[in-house]
Amino acid sequence: MSEKYILEMQGIVKEFPGVKALNGVQLKVRPGTVHTLMGENGAGKSTLMKCLIGMYAANAGTITYKGRAVKYKSTEEALNDGISMIHQELSPVLERSVSENVWLGREPKKGIFIDYKKMRQDCLELFGKMGVDLNPDEKMKNLTVAKMQMVEIVKAISYNSSIVIMDEPTSALTDSEVEDLFRIIAELKAKDVAVIYISHKMDEIFRISDDISIFRDGTYISTDQACNLTQDEVIKRMVGREITEMFPKQECGIGEVILKVDKLSSGKAVKEVSFELHKGEILGFAGLVGAGRTETMETIFGMRPKTGGAVYINGKEVNIKSPQDAAANKIALLTEDRRGNGILGILSVKFNTVVANLKTYGFPVDSKKMAADTQEYIDRLSIKTPSMDAQIQDLSGGNQQKVLLGRWLLTDPDILIVDEPTRGIDVGAKAEIHRIISDLAKAGKAIIVVSSELPEVMGVSDRVVIMHEGRVTGVLDRCNLSQELIMKYATKEEVESKSMVREGE
Amino acid sequence: MSIQRKKFLSDNMIWLVLIALVIIMSIANRNFATVSNLTTLLTGEAIKGIMAFGVAFAILTKGIDLSLGAVAALVGAVSGALVQPTDFAMRTLSSGVRLPAPAAILIGLLLGAAIGGCIGAIIAYTEIPAFIATLGAQLICRAAAKMFSNRPVSKLSDDYRFLGSGRVLGIPMIVIVFIIIAVISWFILVHTRFGKSLYAIGANSQAARVAGINVNANLIKVYVWCSLMAALGGVLLAGRSGSSDPSTSGLNYELDAIAAATVGGTSHTGGVCSVTGVIAGILILGVINNGLVLMGVDDNMTNILKGIIIIGSVVLDMRKNIKKV
Repeated sequence: MSEKYILEMQGIVKEFPGVKALNGVQLKVRPGTVHTLMGENGAGKSTLMKCLIGMYAANAGTITYKGRAVKYKSTEEALNDGISMIHQELSPVLERSVSENVWLGREPKKGIFIDYKKMRQDCLELFGKMGVDLNPDEKMKNLTVAKMQMVEIVKAISYNSSIVIMDEPTSALTDSEVEDLFRIIAELKAKDVAVIYISHKMDEIFRISDDISIFRDGTYISTDQACNLTQDEVIKRMVGREITEMFPKQECGIGEVILKVDKLSSGKAVKEVSFELHKGEILGFAGLVGAGRTETMETIFGMRPKTGGAVYINGKEVNIKSPQDAAANKIALLTEDRRGNGILGILSVKFNTVVANLKTYGFPVDSKKMAADTQEYIDRLSIKTPSMDAQIQDLSGGNQQKVLLGRWLLTDPDILIVDEPTRGIDVGAKAEIHRIISDLAKAGKAIIVVSSELPEVMGVSDRVVIMHEGRVTGVLDRCNLSQELIMKYATKEEVESKSMVREGE
Repeated sequence: MSIQRKKFLSDNMIWLVLIALVIIMSIANRNFATVSNLTTLLTGEAIKGIMAFGVAFAILTKGIDLSLGAVAALVGAVSGALVQPTDFAMRTLSSGVRLPAPAAILIGLLLGAAIGGCIGAIIAYTEIPAFIATLGAQLICRAAAKMFSNRPVSKLSDDYRFLGSGRVLGIPMIVIVFIIIAVISWFILVHTRFGKSLYAIGANSQAARVAGINVNANLIKVYVWCSLMAALGGVLLAGRSGSSDPSTSGLNYELDAIAAATVGGTSHTGGVCSVTGVIAGILILGVINNGLVLMGVDDNMTNILKGIIIIGSVVLDMRKNIKKV
C-alpha cells in the first residue's frame, strides 16, 4: 500500500510555547509529482516541512519515507537521505563563488586540498543538465535573488534528492525566470523526483500541480488532484470563507500634488527619476526585479545617498538624509526586506508596533499608551498573535507584515510607501492589506505601491510608473493599463537594444 | 500547564541558581549568612557591579567595552591628583591646586564621558567592531594613566574618600551608589526612549535605522554611559583605598563586569538585557567569590568554577534567545 506514496506524514503535531502550529496534520506525496501545499500564512505549511526535514522536532506523528519510518534530527540527515528544501529566505555564503556554494560542506578533494577544478567542472555539468546559464566563478553576492535561487535549486538537485521542497520559490522571480523554474521542475518530475511546492500564486499552482493539499490554522483540510479543483474552491477551503473581491478599489477624490520627485539619482541604481504623487492617490511602481524601484524608494526615504536631483513635499524642497528626516517629513516606508530591515525578531509584537513612534510616548515613556496603541492595531488589522508580548519572529509572515504596517500607520504619515507589501502573503491577508491601502487613500493619504505582481499593481493603482534599469520608462493611467503595455515599458531598453543590433546588421 | 511552568523556570532560572548558591554557602559555612559578611560581599562587588551596568548597555547593542578598567585607572589618578594635600612631598601635580572633592569627582566623570564619546564616535562612524575600538582604548587609557603618574596617587582627602569608604546609617556609601546606579539603569532601560532604542538597535540595527532611530547618536551615548560608569568606578576605587595606582587600579575589572552582565542574561547577540538579571549575575559571582574564600577553597578552583558558570550561562542564553532564520 505504502509503495504508492514516496512520503506519508500522519498525525503530525507541533507545539510552540503558546501556539499549536500543527494539530494532527497529514500529507501523502506520490513520486514524480508536484504536490502543492496551500493555506493562509500561519496555516502550518512551512512548519510541516520543517518537521519533515528535521529543523523542528514534531511533538507527535509518524513520517514514512520510501516505506520506512524516519525521524531526522538535522537537515543534513534529511539531505543525505534524499530530501532537500529550498527555503523562502535564502541564506547563501555571499563572499564565495557560485560553485563553492553548490558544493558547500562536501567539496571534492584531492588529498587534503579542495579540488577547485573538479568543483567547477561538476558545477558546469549540472548547469548544463538543468539548462542554467550561470558563471560558476561569479561571487554569490553579485547575483540577483533569482539567480541565487537557481543556485539553491541546482544544489538541491546535486544531492540526487528524491524529494525537493520549494517554499515560495517564485516570490522574487520575474516571469521568464519563473518559466525557467517550471522547466526545471518538469525535468525533476521526469526523473521521478517528487516536488513539494509551497506558493500563494493561483495561476502557477494550477499550471504545475498534480496534487493539492490544503491546510488552515494548523489543521489538515483536504488533498485532491489539481484537475478536480477550481481556484474558487481552493480559496474557499483555505480561508473557510468566500473572498468576494481581490482588489477592492475604492473611488476617491485625488487632491493636489504632495510629493514631487525631480531627476532623482543615486549612484548607478537610480537615474534621473521624476514623478509626482497626489493626495489620495495610489501610485503603483512596476518593473522587473532590479529595475531600481526599491532603490528609488530608499533614496527618497534617506536610506541611500542621493547623488542628484531634488525632492519636494507640498512644493517645498526637502533634504532627506536619513530615515529620521523622512519620518519628520511624515513619510513612511514599509520595506521590501521584512527580515533584514523590517522586524525586530526577538522583540515583542508590542515593541515592534511602537518602535517608529517612540518620541510620542513622552518621558518617562507611557507604557500604558504603548499597549493601548498596539491593541488598537492588533484589532484594526486583525493581527493573529498569541499576545502582544509574543516575539514577532514567532508570527507568520503575513501577520509580521501587518504588524509592520501598523507600526507605520501609528506614525500617521502623509506619504506611505509600501514595497512588495504582499510578497509571500496568503490570499486572505493580501485582500486585507489591499483594503487597508485603499482606505488610507480614501482618507487622503498619498500612497506608493511597489510590486512585482502585475495584477496587484494594476488592481490597486490610480496610475502606474514603470521603471527599467534605474529609469522611468513610462507612466500609465488606470484606464490605459494592460499587462502587455506594462511589460513593454518594463523591458523597454531590451526591446530597443535588440532592434538596434538588428539595424546594425 | 507544562509550557507555563517551563516558561516560569526559564525566566527565573537565574534567581533560582542564586538562591540555591546562597543556601549551599550558608550550610557549608555558618559565617556566610552574617550581616558583616554580606556587607563585605556587597562592598567587594559594588564597583564591578557598577561597571557591569555600564557594559550591559554596550552588550545590549551587540557591542562590548574592554576599556572600563583602564578608564577607571586614568580617572582615579587624575581626579585623585586634584585632592592631594598641597604640602605632600610625593604629590603628583607640582602646582599647588587642591580642589574640593565634588569638583574633582565632576572633572573625573567629565573626563570619562569625553573618553566614552570618542570611543562611541569611532564605533558609530567607522563601524569597526567595538571589541577592537575598546581594546585600543584600553591600551591608550592605561598608558595615559601611567604617563600621568608613574607612582600611586596617594593621600587623597577625606571628603574625596567618602564615596568609596564612608558609611551612612551603617550602610557603606559604595553600596548605596551601586543601588542608585541600578535604579538609574533600570529607569533608562525600561522607561526612556533611549533605553527602548537600545533594544531595537541590538535586535536589528538596520530595522532600527529604518524605523527612524538615530543609531549612531545612540551608540555614542551608550559608550559615554559605559565610560561614565568606569569613571565612577575609578573614583570609588581610589576612594576605597585612599590611593590610586595607575598600573594596577581597575586591572581586569572589565572582564568581571562583562562576566556579571553575561551571567545576568545580557545576550551577546543583542537585544536582550534586564537590570534585575544583571544584579543577579553580579550577586551570583559575588557569592561564589566570597563563599569559596570563606570555605578556604583555592583561588584557582574558584576561577575554574566561575569560568564554567560564565560559559554555561551563555549556552543557556543562546538556547533561549535564538534569532530565527
